[in-house]
Amino acid sequence: MNKDTGSLINVRSRREGNIGVIYAGDYLNKLTGERIEREAQNLLDAGCLALVVSFHDTQFVNSIGVSILLGIIDAAKKTNAELVFTEINEHTAELFEMLGLARHVRLEKDETAAINSFQIAVS
Amino acid sequence: MSEQNHKLVHTFAALAELGQEITGAFDFQKMIRTSLHLLVGSLAIMRGGVAKFNRFSGELNFLAVRGLGDEFPLAFSLSRQAEREFLDAGLNAIEINSHAENWTPFVKDNLSILVVNEIELLVPLVVRDELIGLILLGGKASGERFSAEDKEIICAMARHIAVGIVQRNMLTELERRAEENFQLYQTLQFTYKSTVESFAAAIDCKDKYTEGHSQRVGKYSEIIAEELGYDAERVQGVAVAGYLHDVGKLVVDSSIINAPRAITEQEFAALTRHTTVGYNILAPIEHPFAEVPLAAKYHHERLDGRGYPENLRDNEIPYIAKIVTLADSFDAMTTDRPYKRRRAANEVIEDLQRNVGGQFTPELVTAFCRAWLKELNGETKRKRILKMLGKNYCEAEQIAPLLQNALNEISPTTRLTLVAN
Repeated sequence: MNKDTGSLINVRSRREGNIGVIYAGDYLNKLTGERIEREAQNLLDAGCLALVVSFHDTQFVNSIGVSILLGIIDAAKKTNAELVFTEINEHTAELFEMLGLARHVRLEKDETAAINSFQIAVS
Repeated sequence: MSEQNHKLVHTFAALAELGQEITGAFDFQKMIRTSLHLLVGSLAIMRGGVAKFNRFSGELNFLAVRGLGDEFPLAFSLSRQAEREFLDAGLNAIEINSHAENWTPFVKDNLSILVVNEIELLVPLVVRDELIGLILLGGKASGERFSAEDKEIICAMARHIAVGIVQRNMLTELERRAEENFQLYQTLQFTYKSTVESFAAAIDCKDKYTEGHSQRVGKYSEIIAEELGYDAERVQGVAVAGYLHDVGKLVVDSSIINAPRAITEQEFAALTRHTTVGYNILAPIEHPFAEVPLAAKYHHERLDGRGYPENLRDNEIPYIAKIVTLADSFDAMTTDRPYKRRRAANEVIEDLQRNVGGQFTPELVTAFCRAWLKELNGETKRKRILKMLGKNYCEAEQIAPLLQNALNEISPTTRLTLVAN
């Protein structure tokens, strides 16, 4: 079942069963990126067992973006939720590798691949 | 791009953004939050916090935290010894390692909190030998230890954040002092106004028939100035001139002031002295409004040159004195005198109209009539003129048309009269 959860804070997200999908868009590299972190927390609080963060519309990730993503990694760890990043360009993938983010998160090609990769049942 | 170069670009970009944030931000809280994001994001540090040190309470108060649990205390007490240790360390990263003999007093005092939250680095924010705050940092996402290069980057960014906090402290202090000065200025203004009003009451004690005259002249002058669109400071200056215009009467014999008859030529000569005496009393005082003494000296001058003490003509008479002249005459006409009952409102309006250009300045008469009419028509909440004139002195149905007529008829370009500067 697809259900667009929307958001009061204008961060695009949706739920597919107990998987939450967040679209980073161009919010990530500013203080407004905290909205993405809050949205991730909201999805986890609502019972999501896995999170997908899509970088489909994200050209690059700066230090603020890295900090926000570390916040999401931390939140996912605290609830033992799985976390996958998708549609990351080569430059960003290198950055995540270099900074050690890749140790805490799986990277998948796209959203479908990410959703299919989870061990949890989509209900 | 090599990994090393990539890392450098990422870090320098963070440093550049941090510099912009510190110098350009107007919102301190946002600036601190953004700074912490940039700091932890530049090296992918899992958690951290920025605290500001309050010297008076001896507390470190956290302004922003990332990745620290809900249980993390947002304020830490700092002992004098811990403060000294941080000052001695300067703005350098202090690693919390497993060797207890290397622990600083702060680490010893807060060991369990620091361990639970996996804090690995402390960076005291020291500016000009003063402890401004502290940055706490957890481990890197890569799991690697902080290298010497990492610590240099962290300290460079911490320096920016420290400057941001110092700037904020200075601004807060500046705002506090500005507020203090403003309060002091207001108190002084209040004291000045109260003193002036007390003086006016003292002047009026001299004349039992015209009790409250100076106060009323002050208020009428204020109303005219407001109607002319003066700013608040100038309005107050004109009001003060009205309150003090008769200060010279303090040296005139009461029997002359209170004479229940027309006074003799000799008595009149003595009475006219009150203008120059008033000027001599007020001139040495440092008034916030420099023209106050001039109003005392020239409020009996006339545009046609038939006034006293110097028989000045229109453009020679200070404008403030012209305002007080009108206010003074209006009060004289509308209050009972020892030898004369007050005149009816319609007669007063006729008198004002008749004497425009000879005694009174046209735009001042129109300004006053306009203010009076507004009160009668209910266009203003405050009924200051009507209150001073007393109940039943003027009925709106009869007086409003007369005032409107006066406003239509008085030309601002009446002979002899110059428009206010």
